[in-house]
Amino acid sequence: MSLSASTIHIAQADHLATITRLKEEGFEMCADLCAVDYSAHPGRVLADGVDGQRFEVVVNLLSLSQRRRIRVRTQVSGDDPTVDSITGVYPGADAMEREAFDLLGVRFAGHPDLSRILLPDEWEGHPLRKDFPVANVPIQFKAPDRARGAGGR
Amino acid sequence: MATDRLVARTDEGSQELGDAVLRLPEGPSVDPADFSVERIPGGQSDSVGTSDPSERMIINMGPQHPSTHGVLRLMIELEGETVLRTKPVIGYLHTGMEKTAEELTYVQGGTNVTRMDYLAPLFNELVFAMAAEELLGVEVPPRAQWIRMLMCELNRISSHLLFMATNGMDLGAISMMIYGWREREQVLSFFEKTTGLRMNHNYIRVGGVAADLPDGWEEDVDRLCEILPPRIDEYDTLLTGQPIFRERTEGVGIITEADAVALGATGPILRSTGKAWDLRRDMPYLHYDELDFDVIVGRHGDTFDRYAIRLNEIRESIKLVEQIVDHMPDGDYRVQDKKVTPPPRVRIDESMEALIHHFKLFTEGFKVPEGEVYVAVESPRGELGCYLVSDGSAKPYRMHIRGPSFVNLQTLPPMMKGGLVADAVAIISSIDPVMGEVDR
Repeated sequence: MSLSASTIHIAQADHLATITRLKEEGFEMCADLCAVDYSAHPGRVLADGVDGQRFEVVVNLLSLSQRRRIRVRTQVSGDDPTVDSITGVYPGADAMEREAFDLLGVRFAGHPDLSRILLPDEWEGHPLRKDFPVANVPIQFKAPDRARGAGGR
Repeated sequence: MATDRLVARTDEGSQELGDAVLRLPEGPSVDPADFSVERIPGGQSDSVGTSDPSERMIINMGPQHPSTHGVLRLMIELEGETVLRTKPVIGYLHTGMEKTAEELTYVQGGTNVTRMDYLAPLFNELVFAMAAEELLGVEVPPRAQWIRMLMCELNRISSHLLFMATNGMDLGAISMMIYGWREREQVLSFFEKTTGLRMNHNYIRVGGVAADLPDGWEEDVDRLCEILPPRIDEYDTLLTGQPIFRERTEGVGIITEADAVALGATGPILRSTGKAWDLRRDMPYLHYDELDFDVIVGRHGDTFDRYAIRLNEIRESIKLVEQIVDHMPDGDYRVQDKKVTPPPRVRIDESMEALIHHFKLFTEGFKVPEGEVYVAVESPRGELGCYLVSDGSAKPYRMHIRGPSFVNLQTLPPMMKGGLVADAVAIISSIDPVMGEVDR
């Protein structure tokens, strides 16, 4: 019984091309997409020749016909955390990319509607980044929009 | 805090149609003329779907609507009664559980993940424990694995029973609601006996389970396997053959196999399209490969198929539970690895070392080797995955849960397209989303 998938590491620019190729190789489903902020874990173990960046976008692909999984780890720079959206290849990645954008601030170029999905639209910051504190955070209250008169007194 | 935030626009409120707030999916909305609305023979189907744009309106359903199963909010563009576009709006139950997980040790982590899919808490614990064990390289003893399977299959039964209840309630079958909750309670009382809690058990832990099965568990499980099948047959009689129920579910909310795969849908939604995909059979974990069960599939991908699949999955789970009881081996219920397992309670009274060991384990936790892993199990709603990254410390560096409800919700817009607004309730119910898992 092997639960783990084989993993491949790719650079930021190759993200979409690699995913597209893997889809053609029979990975019909994008099971999961998430991002990781490695800024608090600089010395992580990576495969040879991989230049570790601050963020990683991790895509878990699933092949229903071959019954196997593959994991794609894309290095994404902290200065310009943008990768190409894979929603054109896997429409199901839509909500997952929005979640990664919402919680980690990774941008997906070409996403049809890259907006916050779990947090309110006016939220400041991306909570799953390691520099986002867990305590002593001012509560981001929302107030009714008085200009529009909705709910105001 | 900046004062401009206090006057910032908010996406709360029910009928906001400003450009900034309304973000229905791009692309052409459907032409109502493409759909033949003929579910009600002799009904007023002809009056549906005039192509006058002034007839179009956007209504908001939820987040506080009895049939949205929690705090799901839908923005629906309607023309007459025909749904043109739908957009689910989520996040109302977001509590940052993935961030919380980074602050909890692996010992404490189970109490966090179990609250995500609160109708199938044992699956969350299972996937988290399996991911941590994979990183630790710990082999869980056979009895613990079979106990996990027993509890998970019972949990699948209780979760599907709740689906039967809420699905019935949404479609007006109030008796079904009462029956579903009643039977679920029987399963939950066995959970209470075993784990101490009806929900959010924290029973499956890294290295095994929290406690052995209670004395007399065989009789309890046998009793469940005895009382449930006739009740399931009762539901079958009550709902499956009922013309009103069939009328409201057959041909409603259809999704094709290609769409379901493209959108990442798993579980009963994928199986309703005819695709036989069940991780228990296709990528077996624990000891599912030693058991005999069928993967239930539908044909039409409609709401009725999803109901029928869940109904029959209860029967399959009962079959599995009976086999598990026969197979249950003796032995340890948790791994005898001092690193992850606390000493037995009696040792604490007589040994200072055991007391210190116990104290250290529960205050500092155990260290997990550096690495990353993705583990998936078949929860009642589909593929439940856990992506776990460890930096070698006692707390996960990053824990991401792939919630099946979160992904499955994306099938809602294509299912609703061209349907009637009254069908929305049936379709949402057939997806069976648990908002705790969607928003995490």
